[in-house]
Amino acid sequence: MSHVKKFVARNAVPILFAIVCLLGVYYAKMPGQFLFMEIVKRMARNSFLVLSLIIPVVAGMGLNFGIVLGALAGQIALILSTHWEWAGIGGLALTALLATPMAVVFGMLAGTVLNKAKGREMITSMVMGFFANGIYQFVFLFLVGTVIPFENEALRISTSPGLRNTVNLSRIRGALDNIWTIQYGFTKIPIVTFLIIALLAIAIWAFFKTKLGQDFRAVGQDRHIAGVAGIQTDRNRVLAIVFSTVLAAWGQIIFLQNIGTLNTYNSHEQVGTFAIAALLIGGASVTRATIGQALMGTFLFHLLFVVSPSAGQAIFGSAQVGEYFRVFVAYGIIAISLALHAWRSKSLVKASMEEDVSA
Amino acid sequence: MSVPVLEMKAISKSFYGNQVLNNINLTVNKGEIHCLVGENGAGKSTLMNILFGMSVITDTGGYDGDILINGSSVAFNSPKAAIEAGIGMVHQEFMLLPGFTVTENIKLNREDTKPNVFSRVLGRKMETLNRKKMASDARSALDKLGMSIDEWVPVAGLPVGYLQFVEIAREIDKENLQLLVLDEPTAVLTESEAEQFLTVVQRLADSGISILFITHRLDEVMAVANHITILKDGELVRSGRTGEFTIAQMAELMVGRKVETSGRISSEKREKAKTKVLEVRDLAVDMPGERLRGIDLDVYEGEILGIGGLAGHGKIALANGVMGLYTSRGQVRYQGIDVPLNNPREALNLGLAFVSEDRRGVGLVLEDSIANNIVLTSMQTQEKFLKPGPLKLKDQKQITAHALESIERFDIRCTGPEQIVRRLSGGNQQKVCIARAFTQNPKLLFVSEPTRGIDVGAKSRVLELIVELNRMGVTVVITSSELAELRSISDRIAIIYEGKLSGILAPDAPDVEYGLLMAGKSLEEVGIGERQTN
Ligand SMILES: Nc1ncnc2c1ncn2[C@@H]1O[C@H](COP(=O)(O)OP(=O)(O)OP(=O)(O)O)[C@@H](O)[C@H]1O
Ligand SMILES: [Mg+2]
Repeated sequence: MSHVKKFVARNAVPILFAIVCLLGVYYAKMPGQFLFMEIVKRMARNSFLVLSLIIPVVAGMGLNFGIVLGALAGQIALILSTHWEWAGIGGLALTALLATPMAVVFGMLAGTVLNKAKGREMITSMVMGFFANGIYQFVFLFLVGTVIPFENEALRISTSPGLRNTVNLSRIRGALDNIWTIQYGFTKIPIVTFLIIALLAIAIWAFFKTKLGQDFRAVGQDRHIAGVAGIQTDRNRVLAIVFSTVLAAWGQIIFLQNIGTLNTYNSHEQVGTFAIAALLIGGASVTRATIGQALMGTFLFHLLFVVSPSAGQAIFGSAQVGEYFRVFVAYGIIAISLALHAWRSKSLVKASMEEDVSA
Repeated sequence: MSVPVLEMKAISKSFYGNQVLNNINLTVNKGEIHCLVGENGAGKSTLMNILFGMSVITDTGGYDGDILINGSSVAFNSPKAAIEAGIGMVHQEFMLLPGFTVTENIKLNREDTKPNVFSRVLGRKMETLNRKKMASDARSALDKLGMSIDEWVPVAGLPVGYLQFVEIAREIDKENLQLLVLDEPTAVLTESEAEQFLTVVQRLADSGISILFITHRLDEVMAVANHITILKDGELVRSGRTGEFTIAQMAELMVGRKVETSGRISSEKREKAKTKVLEVRDLAVDMPGERLRGIDLDVYEGEILGIGGLAGHGKIALANGVMGLYTSRGQVRYQGIDVPLNNPREALNLGLAFVSEDRRGVGLVLEDSIANNIVLTSMQTQEKFLKPGPLKLKDQKQITAHALESIERFDIRCTGPEQIVRRLSGGNQQKVCIARAFTQNPKLLFVSEPTRGIDVGAKSRVLELIVELNRMGVTVVITSSELAELRSISDRIAIIYEGKLSGILAPDAPDVEYGLLMAGKSLEEVGIGERQTN
């Protein structure tokens, strides 16, 4: 009995969402085949990005919008690879390789800034994401074609500066997904993509069994105590962010090869929000995140995404309401968990008393 | 004579313009045990923090003076540098990661690793932890200290006495250790554990490791020190070999006046009250390492009941269980009303107050001011210190006035009621904890380890204040590792053994009887026969 209670208490958020999702599935009355196809597609597309958030959370840097910078690195690499007409899986791999040093530099910059804003990582990284977005827009909307010579019909309309709004990524579309697929009903399951996600999950799991992973965990629990033990906390924090920006860059490339078109100016925008929301829905908190939570959260979040328009239509007579609902959920869950976190760390005494009881 | 392991020369330090160390010189030779004593706030921890390169020092403008290790000048700007030079430190406050296991904490940043495919390319940091080796190292360090605790349990929730041993285990596991700083390691240990601990320290010293040892228990100083340095208000008052001082002289130099040592504080024999305020029936408390396995105990109105016993036997769990801080079963009745278990809020609302043995864990909000810490619980549970009206605004004037009064009453050494608690010395933080419980104006007060970390001068003051509160009608249940302390103020003393009540004794009962109960022998068994104390 008390085991069940504990389980429910620990997993209240995912359980709540599972119930909402079930209701959604029930009211949406979608054919199972369709639902399955959507979920498989979205899991393949997004899991990598959500997993890239785990390392900074464990290292105590909170739910971090640093991954937006990583996503930008991935996109810049994709723009260049399109320009140079790289194609196929080789081209995709080369693109990922090209994105890596950029993501490392972005990560180092972000990490250095975040070290100056300890305890306020989430909001700082969010602002940093906006700022980076600003620079990105400035470069690709204005400088390209004016200051930076860049002639390419596929990417630019020669009469006006800046890149096209949408760039067709036909050369690498599905390069990864289509290497090996298994047909199940209507659904083509991209086996290699899922293998890569599994590989990443295993790598993260194994990483936390290494000395460096242990250092990250220690710094995440208590910077001060880790420092007193001689661990270089600031360096480890920067490293954690670099890991996550690099993974996010790769994740964004995987995401875009699946979609097949790059929305030059918006593709990266919701990367942070959605990944964070998915992780939180999986039951993670600002200070704790596991691989299981990331995958479960991605699943629930996207299930909700798929069913909510139809469920909205069925319940409220308007698909629009469902649309609003899912956006509301994404931002709402972030707001609530942040408020919860703030409240917990404010009423320290109470929290620690209550935790003791529940422990 | 060989070169000293450590020389500190003309060390001075001020925090925000407040000079806390002035021109201190200190020399420690190889294999020597050097004791550092002084009042709360004298500057002992600060001096050690300077040696260890702690960030409190580097972030507040560093220090003046020179430090020499084995004759060569050093200036550690991080604990890492100090550790690499072979210095270890057990800090006054616990430096353990709550979510890590005992092993992970003992081996923190000194983990054993084994290479894997990736580490060969990416470097040693990517080597896999060798958990087996780590656990066996941790085990042997714990065994050296006579600790039977499992090496794989998480540290969170372990009783403070255990935490202390885990910290010490971490230090003795270090191979390159040549100088070990111990900042009040024995404050939470019982006499017998402290004794055991001191033998370990002695053994370390014999093996050539130098020890800098801070304690407020002067008999410990006499027992192990080769050399003693006395600080007062940031100045060095005397330094000399152990034989040069008696305990009384040492205390006098520390405090600047004559100190009466121990003896009974409340001497009058009091009539035993008839009314039970608290009835505890078959209470079991699931506190890791301090389990209480079903205990029946009555607390009478107006008495001071002492709770004693060895660490690990559950004495600490009683107050924690009644106050709802750890999962408990059984029945507790307070003035005839059932106290709901596992509900700290309810316990506070019923008028029970608690000074926890874990002042940082459940006691203080370190980043808040002294004043706010003192009034916190009263404000939350009794709505005191609020302005009348629906908005529940804080009555700052009243808070400040009360804080000033408490500072005076408990002799809290600080710059004012607005000073944040983190910036107080350890002993002064403890005084803030006690002041908070007194502010609640409880009818029944639980105090655990009230004089932990408090200097000889202030110690009797704290005990006197507890007695004074008791004489005003407050029933007190005091838990302490120091038997002498319990005997100096209690009316009755309950001894806990292996989670059960072993017996209840009068404060003036002979030592042997205490010894027997603590060892789990019943008095009848050895033919002494129970006295008329219960
Ligand atoms: N971080 C800090 N900021 C400002 N003042 C501080 C800080 N740390 C300590 N102090 C002050 O320095 C003085 C010496 O403190 P210290 O902790 O060294 O005392 P101590 O001798 O270790 O006392 P105790 O026996 O109570 O542990 C105290 O007056 C204290 O208030
Ligand atoms: Mg101190």
